[in-house]
Amino acid sequence: MVEFALSHAWLVPLLPALAFTIIVFLTRPWPKLSSLVSIVAMLSSFVIATAVALGVFSNPQFIEKPLVYSLRWFGMEGFNVNVGVILDPTSTMMLFMVSLVASLIQIYSTGYMAGDPQYSVFFSYLSLFAASMLGLVISSNLLQMFIMWELVGLCSFLLIGFYTFKISAREAAKKAFITTRIGDFGLLLGLLFLQIKFGTLNLVELAERVPHFANYGVSLGLLTLIAILVFIGPIGKSGQFPLHVWLPDAMEGPTPVSALIHAATMVVAGVYLVGRTLFLFKEVPGAMEVVAFIGAFTALFAATIAITQREIKRILAYSTVSQLGYMMLALGVGSLSASMFHLWTHAFFKALMFLGAGSVLHALHDKADVWKMGGLIKKMPITGWTFVIGGLAIAGIPPFSGFWSKDEILSVTYQYAQHNPGLGYLLFFMATFTAFLTAFYIWRMIFLAFFGPEKEENHPHESPTNMTIPLLVLAVLAAFGGLIGTPWANLWGEWIHFGPVHHGEPALGLMGVSVVLALAGIGLAYRLYYQDTEKQTARSLAEKYNSLYKLSYNKFYVDELYQWFTRTVVDGSAKLIYLFDIKVVDGVVNGLANITKFFGIGFRYTETGKLQTYALVFFMAVVVIAVVMAFGAPISAGVLGGVK
Amino acid sequence: MGTGLNPSYFVALSAALFVIGIYGALSKKNAIAVLISIELMLTAVNINLVAFNKFLTPETFIGQIFAIFVITVAAAEVGLGLAIVIAIYRLRGSVDLDDFDLMKW
Repeated sequence: MVEFALSHAWLVPLLPALAFTIIVFLTRPWPKLSSLVSIVAMLSSFVIATAVALGVFSNPQFIEKPLVYSLRWFGMEGFNVNVGVILDPTSTMMLFMVSLVASLIQIYSTGYMAGDPQYSVFFSYLSLFAASMLGLVISSNLLQMFIMWELVGLCSFLLIGFYTFKISAREAAKKAFITTRIGDFGLLLGLLFLQIKFGTLNLVELAERVPHFANYGVSLGLLTLIAILVFIGPIGKSGQFPLHVWLPDAMEGPTPVSALIHAATMVVAGVYLVGRTLFLFKEVPGAMEVVAFIGAFTALFAATIAITQREIKRILAYSTVSQLGYMMLALGVGSLSASMFHLWTHAFFKALMFLGAGSVLHALHDKADVWKMGGLIKKMPITGWTFVIGGLAIAGIPPFSGFWSKDEILSVTYQYAQHNPGLGYLLFFMATFTAFLTAFYIWRMIFLAFFGPEKEENHPHESPTNMTIPLLVLAVLAAFGGLIGTPWANLWGEWIHFGPVHHGEPALGLMGVSVVLALAGIGLAYRLYYQDTEKQTARSLAEKYNSLYKLSYNKFYVDELYQWFTRTVVDGSAKLIYLFDIKVVDGVVNGLANITKFFGIGFRYTETGKLQTYALVFFMAVVVIAVVMAFGAPISAGVLGGVK
Repeated sequence: MGTGLNPSYFVALSAALFVIGIYGALSKKNAIAVLISIELMLTAVNINLVAFNKFLTPETFIGQIFAIFVITVAAAEVGLGLAIVIAIYRLRGSVDLDDFDLMKW
């Protein structure tokens, strides 16, 4: 089985793709059958991915020497493109995680989407989404990865705009597509540079060639440019500042989609790509600093927005932006293992919380404002308590998964700070402060939604079993998924790393600080939103610091800034260019035509139609020629082409 | 030779005939008269051809041969020209050239 899986790993993305085709062409009229096809394919993928994981993790040689299968796709002299499969601990971990989370989300969707007229279509999209993400993960070649990357973008467009009858959904889908496309353009340029300069896009070959970049006629400056260009793609896809605006709007899609986008597919693609190309970033400290700074800034920035949002899914969305910032920070300080570890734990607790939020919305008939909820835990115990586990995990309370991964990131940032004191301590400070804010905003939401007095107008009911079972599975994973990477037995770090492994002592002091911060955050949320049942303090704080509150509630007006930019700068310059086109470009063409027409009208009157006029002209021409030939020999020689 | 004839007489006669022909061709209203004027111009040319042949290269007959060619071609041309004039006359009931402005702008 393991042998089969290792040599047939390409089946993992292919099966969901097949499910997509089957649903689209065959089973679309039968919703139940469609979801069955989709789930069976996804679970088979998961089984194969598990076998692949067993195979890879039982063979330590795959750590340094990935298993690569490839075949020639197309090419010409000096330029060959292969498609293939790369299996190393990083990609295997992703395969396992993505197929697992996608399977759970699909099972959950059978309950959440029940009765939807587009039920089959929804499952076909989910399958395609999972297929493209799995294909991206497994790609051995950056071009292949880019194609999958675009497919992921397409699927997110289709799914965010799934409720096509809602204008807001359509707008959100367009926004997601266009915003990430800006990033993709940068990425494409970066890939072109890599292909031109290094002659390959194969990950293994690039990893060998890039460290000797001077031999390929690449200066450090150019390499920095390439790295930054490549990084623009992940900025868009992973919702990093300043291209994060699409991610909160993506909440317009059905909730399982949000869970899939935020936990396992679209947004982690960016982190994964940077992780895969870390050998490139490693060569240019400047690019690493950019990655680290953008990550830390995004983490803090999104967390400050999340503390004032009111819609349950929006809070979670900003939380995702913030947590992705953490992952980027970890990559920026050079730790693939910390980043991938956080990606791993985040997938579970964020999927859990999104599905929990979906369950709440399902029960409350799409009422999303947390201030209008309350006391839900009594009526929806499974959803409530699993959500609490998610909340503990993301806040960083030991022994829940988020604690270990966040602690890992804090500790690698701290180590980085010891080598680069200036920027390093700033990053470290931003990261720790974000940890506090994270605990605060998540627990604000939990206290508001699940605890406190019940609201009488709500009639919640627990969701059906096909929705609660995935929640329970994810809760177990969110609780214990981090135990494979504790500092005492860091299996994770030994398997998934880049460069030599640092066996640092467990930093107990740091752990203490992060636990204290998490508890402080939860405590503050408890004080403001649970003890104070009237929420007096919270309201008065909001009024006291009204401008700050508004700034945060309105997301620092980034959207408005973009709108201003498109309305005035883009539209304005478009108007100018339009005028240039009409007046100058068309003017030249029409002007030439008008000149011809003018002369044409003038000469028209010479055409009298009278034989004798023509004869006269003819005769006079003969006279002129005769005179010229007789008296103006040099001129006539020129005119008549040298004939005398 | 000794005929006492000067080439310039022929040139003068030819020039006079040609100018009369040009004048007629450009000013006559009647299409037949125009055709006759063209004949005058051709005759002027023929006189020149024969005269220059006579005075410059008396041993060959190039000028005369050319003149015969011109006469032949002119005959054919006038045949055609008359045919056209007759056709137009049938169409429009006139041989006045001022009426022949079908190709006007």
